[in-house]
Amino acid sequence: MKKRSNVVKYNRWGYIFLIPFIVVYVVFQLVPLVTTVGNSFFEYYRSGLTQIGPNWIGLENYKSIFSTPDLWQYFGNTMIMWIMGFVPQILLSLLLGAWFSNPSLRLKCQRFFKTVIYLPNLIMASAFAMLFFTLFADTGPINSILMQTGVLDAPYSFMSHVWSVRTLVALMNLLMWFGNTTILLMAGMMGIDPSLFEAASVDGATATQVFFKITLPLLRPILIYVMITSLIGGLQMFDVPQILTNGTGDPMRSSMTLIMYLNKHLFSKNYGIGGALSVFLFVITGILSLIIFRFTDNRKAIK
Amino acid sequence: MKKKVISALLCAAVAGSMLAGCGAEQAADAAAAVADAAATAATEAAAPAAEPAATEAAAEEEAAPAGDEGKVLNIYCWNEEFKSRITDHYPGYEEVDGTHGKMGDVDVVWNITPSDDNAYQNNLDETLLKQESAAADDKIDLFLVEADYALKYVDTDYAMALKDLGITDADLSDQYEYTQSIVTDSNGNLKGSSWQACSAGLIYNREAAKEILGSDDPADVQAAVADWAKYKETAAKAAEKGYTMCSVNDTYRTYSNNVSGKWVQDGKIVVDANMDAWVNDSMELVEKKAENTYDLWGDDWAKGKKPEGKIFCYFGPAWFFNFCLDADQDGTIANQGGWGFCEGPQSYYWGGTWICAASGTDNPALVKDIILTMTTDKNVLKEIAMADSDCVNSKSVLADLSGSDDGNIALLGGQNPYAELAKGAEGIDLSNISPYDQGCNEEFQAAMKNYFEGNASKEEALEQFYKGVEEKYPELSH
Repeated sequence: MKKRSNVVKYNRWGYIFLIPFIVVYVVFQLVPLVTTVGNSFFEYYRSGLTQIGPNWIGLENYKSIFSTPDLWQYFGNTMIMWIMGFVPQILLSLLLGAWFSNPSLRLKCQRFFKTVIYLPNLIMASAFAMLFFTLFADTGPINSILMQTGVLDAPYSFMSHVWSVRTLVALMNLLMWFGNTTILLMAGMMGIDPSLFEAASVDGATATQVFFKITLPLLRPILIYVMITSLIGGLQMFDVPQILTNGTGDPMRSSMTLIMYLNKHLFSKNYGIGGALSVFLFVITGILSLIIFRFTDNRKAIK
Repeated sequence: MKKKVISALLCAAVAGSMLAGCGAEQAADAAAAVADAAATAATEAAAPAAEPAATEAAAEEEAAPAGDEGKVLNIYCWNEEFKSRITDHYPGYEEVDGTHGKMGDVDVVWNITPSDDNAYQNNLDETLLKQESAAADDKIDLFLVEADYALKYVDTDYAMALKDLGITDADLSDQYEYTQSIVTDSNGNLKGSSWQACSAGLIYNREAAKEILGSDDPADVQAAVADWAKYKETAAKAAEKGYTMCSVNDTYRTYSNNVSGKWVQDGKIVVDANMDAWVNDSMELVEKKAENTYDLWGDDWAKGKKPEGKIFCYFGPAWFFNFCLDADQDGTIANQGGWGFCEGPQSYYWGGTWICAASGTDNPALVKDIILTMTTDKNVLKEIAMADSDCVNSKSVLADLSGSDDGNIALLGGQNPYAELAKGAEGIDLSNISPYDQGCNEEFQAAMKNYFEGNASKEEALEQFYKGVEEKYPELSH
């Protein structure tokens, strides 16, 4: 009897330690989440210094954002730029991860290189975007190098062509995040039981076979994690294209992401439409994450 | 027992660090808290000798010249311009540090938020909406506005009518009319005042003018750009000689100031015929490579400040001379005095800063004095014109300057532009401004850039313009 009450008393500390998290979560996550959903049913914005609303309008905000194909265009832009950055990023990270975690290569200065590839992530995304904006300006250094080496006759306007802007955004995301992904994948690779690699080499497997038959399958949980976090990050892509295109998402909004669109509505503090957009984004993120989860579960079940 | 103590301590540490985190996020609040704490400490220290001290303090307040006025003057603005004008020209202003100063025994607090991404207005809006409930020393006393969004503030009760401060029409009679119509609300109350008259013209590169037109004399250049047809002819010649006239965004305001109707009429967005003319003229010149499509203030646009940028002209008012042409840098055209000034195809104005008094200010007498000194005192205005090459808002000072060598400006090669500037300021007509101008102008230029660069048809670009404006102002339609 006495013993049990001690356990209960002891468990109490668990709850006490949870308080800081719960408080922060409720104040900064749960309350905004609920009010965002609530706001999406109201006409609620500011015209000049005059507050309009909140007036209950039901699903009007949802109707207005779905009444044009724009939302899907911005969703498409976001996904295109994410995939353009993510595919090369995961390939590069796998390659680097495999090299770094392969003891037979005996790479020198591993620590140095691991630090260096992580460094771009420490630069603020906006500063990075400003840097690229200056580098790729019409009269910027990239254009002058290309012209002096005779590749181009006239400066190429990187910011005026759909695919050059998208490529630049993807490239920046790649540069910023491949170090992070490499370190995650490397951690996964080092967690694989070395006896498997030894057994494979005793059986005479080549390095390629080891990579595809042992490393990759066992790395799947980490790969899934990387993919989901990157997808969620990708859907929330904002700062890089925002700064690079000065908030316009031009040419013709072909590089406007969902969050940039959301930001457009903040000029008038339009919490109604903004809320509806956020709910849409929330649902999309949920669905995509579920798809990835399902996909992996099935694969496991088949095996 | 020991365990419990340790756990409790850990809890406290976690909670403590959490609170510390919150605090650090709002450095300004923390600073305010420190100030409060200091004030409390002072009160506490004074407490033992409560009564006599209090009487003394009251006596002191009565003795001070403006006894019922607040001790803190809060000024909201978006750059250093007004601060440097006050520092250089307001008698009795002492600078304390980057954001603080003193006028007599009143502390001046500069709240400077850049305009980028609308940050200045967002900040000002939030603070103005809380103005009524704010403590006297936290209330905004003065704030600055630009013409593009002046009506947004002027047409509300948040800005104070100048006559309520005791400023009479006679005080302001020497100002240009257009500077007053911008800040007059729908009931006819004047609610702001400016030290600048920002009539603008065409600032041309003298070397380029000699090469293209065979003369750099302002009269000859003016003849070559006297209207848009002649301007286009000159542009074609400039393109032949390898020059670009300027950016399409440079000419924008000349067109947008001379429209026949407001951007918004009865809740509908209306594209004026003159805006359409800007689109067509600009497209024609962009196709001939006589104009470029660079955004204002960008690096590409700024290359024209140097001779190798091969730009024929910029469009700008007097503040453009000092603020934008980088005369203090080696190798710029301005540094060699290589610019000239003429009226250009149409008269227009650009920018300018208006001083508004915020309703609820606790320093009305000081605010009145600042507005009167900075925007009507002829000696101060002349000082400003000569020290900062500003085109000041005083008919008599401009007349004075245009007739004397004091008005000669080095970066214009010694030319005296004040006669043209004064003439331009008289000719500005502002009957067509609306509170939506800022958003409409920004969106129109951004959307049309797609058309000029061949990424969209004119109709598609127009659609994008409507879309952008309706996002900014949900109450509008087209």
